[in-house]
Amino acid sequence: MNELIGFVNFHLIPGIVLGSIYALGAIGLTLTFGILRFANFAHGETMTLGAFVALVVIDLTNWHVLATLPFAMLLTVLTVLVMDRLFFRPLRTGPTVILLIASFGLMLMMRSAIQIIWGVDLETLSKGLAIPWVLFESLRIFPKHLLIVGAALLLMLGVHGLLRHTPIGKAMRAMSDSPELARMTGIDTERVVMATWITGAVLAAAAGVLLAYDTHLDSRMGFRVLLPIFAAALLGGLGRPYGAMAGGLVIGVAEELSTYSWIGDGPLVSPGYKSGVAFAIMIALLIWRPSGLFRGRVF
Amino acid sequence: MSALSDRPTLEFQGISGGYGGSEIIHDISIRVGAGEIVTLIGPNGAGKSSVMNATFGQLQINGGRILLKGEEITGIAPEQAVRRGISYVPQVSNVFPNLTVQENLEIGAWIRRDDFRPRMEEMFALFPPLSERRRIPAGALSGGQRQMAAMAKALMVDPEILLLDEPTAGLSPRFRGEIFAVVRKVNARGIPILMVEQNARQALGIADRGYVLVDGHCRMEGSGKDLLANPEVGAMFLGRRADEETSPAPNPGSEAPAVDGSTTQSMRP
Amino acid sequence: MDSLYGIFLYAIYLLTMGGIYAVLVMGLNIQWGFTGLFNAGIAGFFAVGAYTSAIISTASSGRHLGGLSLPLWASLPGAMIASALIAWAVAWICIRLRSDYLAIATLGIAEILRLVLKNEDWATNGARGISRIPKPFEDLPEPWNQIAMLLLVLAILLVLYLLLERARRAPWGRVMTAIRENEAAARAAGKNVEGFRIEAFVLGGALMGLGGALMAHHVKFIDPNMAEPLSTTFIVWVMLIIGGSGNNKGALFGAFLVWTLWSTSEIVTTRLPAEWELKSAYLRFFLVGLALQIILQRYPAGILKEHRPIGK
Repeated sequence: MNELIGFVNFHLIPGIVLGSIYALGAIGLTLTFGILRFANFAHGETMTLGAFVALVVIDLTNWHVLATLPFAMLLTVLTVLVMDRLFFRPLRTGPTVILLIASFGLMLMMRSAIQIIWGVDLETLSKGLAIPWVLFESLRIFPKHLLIVGAALLLMLGVHGLLRHTPIGKAMRAMSDSPELARMTGIDTERVVMATWITGAVLAAAAGVLLAYDTHLDSRMGFRVLLPIFAAALLGGLGRPYGAMAGGLVIGVAEELSTYSWIGDGPLVSPGYKSGVAFAIMIALLIWRPSGLFRGRVF
Repeated sequence: MSALSDRPTLEFQGISGGYGGSEIIHDISIRVGAGEIVTLIGPNGAGKSSVMNATFGQLQINGGRILLKGEEITGIAPEQAVRRGISYVPQVSNVFPNLTVQENLEIGAWIRRDDFRPRMEEMFALFPPLSERRRIPAGALSGGQRQMAAMAKALMVDPEILLLDEPTAGLSPRFRGEIFAVVRKVNARGIPILMVEQNARQALGIADRGYVLVDGHCRMEGSGKDLLANPEVGAMFLGRRADEETSPAPNPGSEAPAVDGSTTQSMRP
Repeated sequence: MDSLYGIFLYAIYLLTMGGIYAVLVMGLNIQWGFTGLFNAGIAGFFAVGAYTSAIISTASSGRHLGGLSLPLWASLPGAMIASALIAWAVAWICIRLRSDYLAIATLGIAEILRLVLKNEDWATNGARGISRIPKPFEDLPEPWNQIAMLLLVLAILLVLYLLLERARRAPWGRVMTAIRENEAAARAAGKNVEGFRIEAFVLGGALMGLGGALMAHHVKFIDPNMAEPLSTTFIVWVMLIIGGSGNNKGALFGAFLVWTLWSTSEIVTTRLPAEWELKSAYLRFFLVGLALQIILQRYPAGILKEHRPIGK
């Protein structure tokens, strides 16, 4: 019984929390891949930016972390749109691998800029000690974990609504299916691209803020999560937002469960290699099923 | 007839062009009059699809002019072409496979500012098999239904002209007949159609006029009937295709096969 | 007089480091410039080379694997082989997929290698790194030891350059160009496209391993931060893109130019007040990223353009 409670408290719940954060990050990544056709290496740094904006707002106002989300989203969206205008749009007509290199360079620029502005120290968004609710005398649930998962679920529901029930969302899916046909149908592709960046930035900012809320925040956060969210997007099939949601959850849970003592007393995977779990899953996918678990397309 | 209606809907005046330096079509002059079905036939690599692409600015044009209702549209961008009233159904990837049939039609109406729902219902009435499958992803449709969905999508904008690139490619003879019947039905609503086809006999059977393209040149033109009867055309295209030899050409005068649920038994999943 | 001697030593240091980076850039040029394969994990291949040569050449210490005390002729090839093996594994998995997958996988492999180097204390001495790596000619009197090291690096560079120029003009290089320019046509001509790509990726990986080994011997100390993608991967990419990818001369030129700018700008920033010194270090990275963007947009072919070998 204690075994089980320990498993749930220290592995399963943190895994679901981390997984829902990864899911938010992976959706943006997969959308940009589907519509702009390149893997955006700067996406992790976009998450970091959102978290630092939240930090600034909290320092200024002392609001609750979740209340800073709109500001974090707004500023991240604006930054991403400016970056698109300056660094991606001029290269849009060329081969997509050049966009990949540009995003690689942008990852460096964004991180350096964040380090210049905010430094490299560890920061926290919520001060004070978190006290968990104890259910059945043993199950410990932290209120912030509920808030994180709740916020992530709401945002994912929002993405679902956008993609299924709004014209621009349908146009995004259409362009992801076939950019040529979308153009011949008269879809204003630049508008769809813009909507894609906005959606991705909103979700990335939220993911960054929630991750910083869950743990802590530093300038290298974005790079640390880049591999897991790439793995999540690949797992769900690149270009598939619903796949990315599931993929994020799987990667998050897998990372946390990997340190559980499945065999013997010690953790199955040493905590030092936790971030290797996502990579291992990714390599296995690339070998056996590059289209992702749900048979996405291979571009 | 007024001067306005004399003016062809689409006209190529001596168009030459190609991709990246190599010229594929040479001095092509064709026209599609109001309410006409015009077909382009010719062997593979004759430049038929290039003619289509020229309409969309997808071909580098080295000479000549393209007119839509008398207005020059040479080298227009693809997203502009549809706004001018040219709706194009490519041969492959002509629907968005992950969107439902209904969503495909909604996207087809993207440039419309008015309420497109009546038009959509009209399309479902015109293509009954689609109506029952409106919530199915277009990628899950059979080949023939997919062509219908692609046409319905292209017709959502109420185009001045519909361009079809090999609408029957890869279909079994039975579905081919159905698609040609649909083409006639669409045309019966007054929409001019320019159609590239491999199945020359059937295409000429329903076309008002046809052009024969060989090696990027326009070799012959004439009414569908005349071209069908022409021995040279017969030797060039009609004789070689064994499958067409056995299936009689639909008589242009006879009533087209119905395109409703009753004839599409085998198309049901 | 003293300052003049200092400048002389600095110039030797600059050229030696530039030369080592040039080896890395040539490795990337084979992968990206010749073949169009994206590698976001240069730092990983570099670190594998550095650690392998360190393990082969250091004296036994008990803190890490190896201690074979073997000379340069064993440690450099050993480093190349180790990196080549890892490159082969990555290429074998990803080469069929489009470049984005390779980019993600190479980024991942670099990160995993960094974790291994950091966590496997028994083999690598963990975060403390490996020190007292022998440096060739270090017994010679100053400045001859430095000069000899520089000459060694330049000699290796010259040999590599000549070999690669030859390979580029040889049928092998022409097939590479053909694959990059028109894969379908190369395939139709019966070329084993995957095979050629794997060869190029492995060869490039081997050169990156060689660069890592030279760096380890030159600075005599290595730690897992060498696999930090910022410092190595980006700079090598910027060097190649600025110099002109697909062109070996451009690769050399880019390596020395960027390294000189990078290193001399450090002289300026270290004289700033402490709080600015740290920030200016990040500013330098920011400017490297910006330079990359400007080159991509304005001079997509780099400063020295690719000269195609005349094929028949």
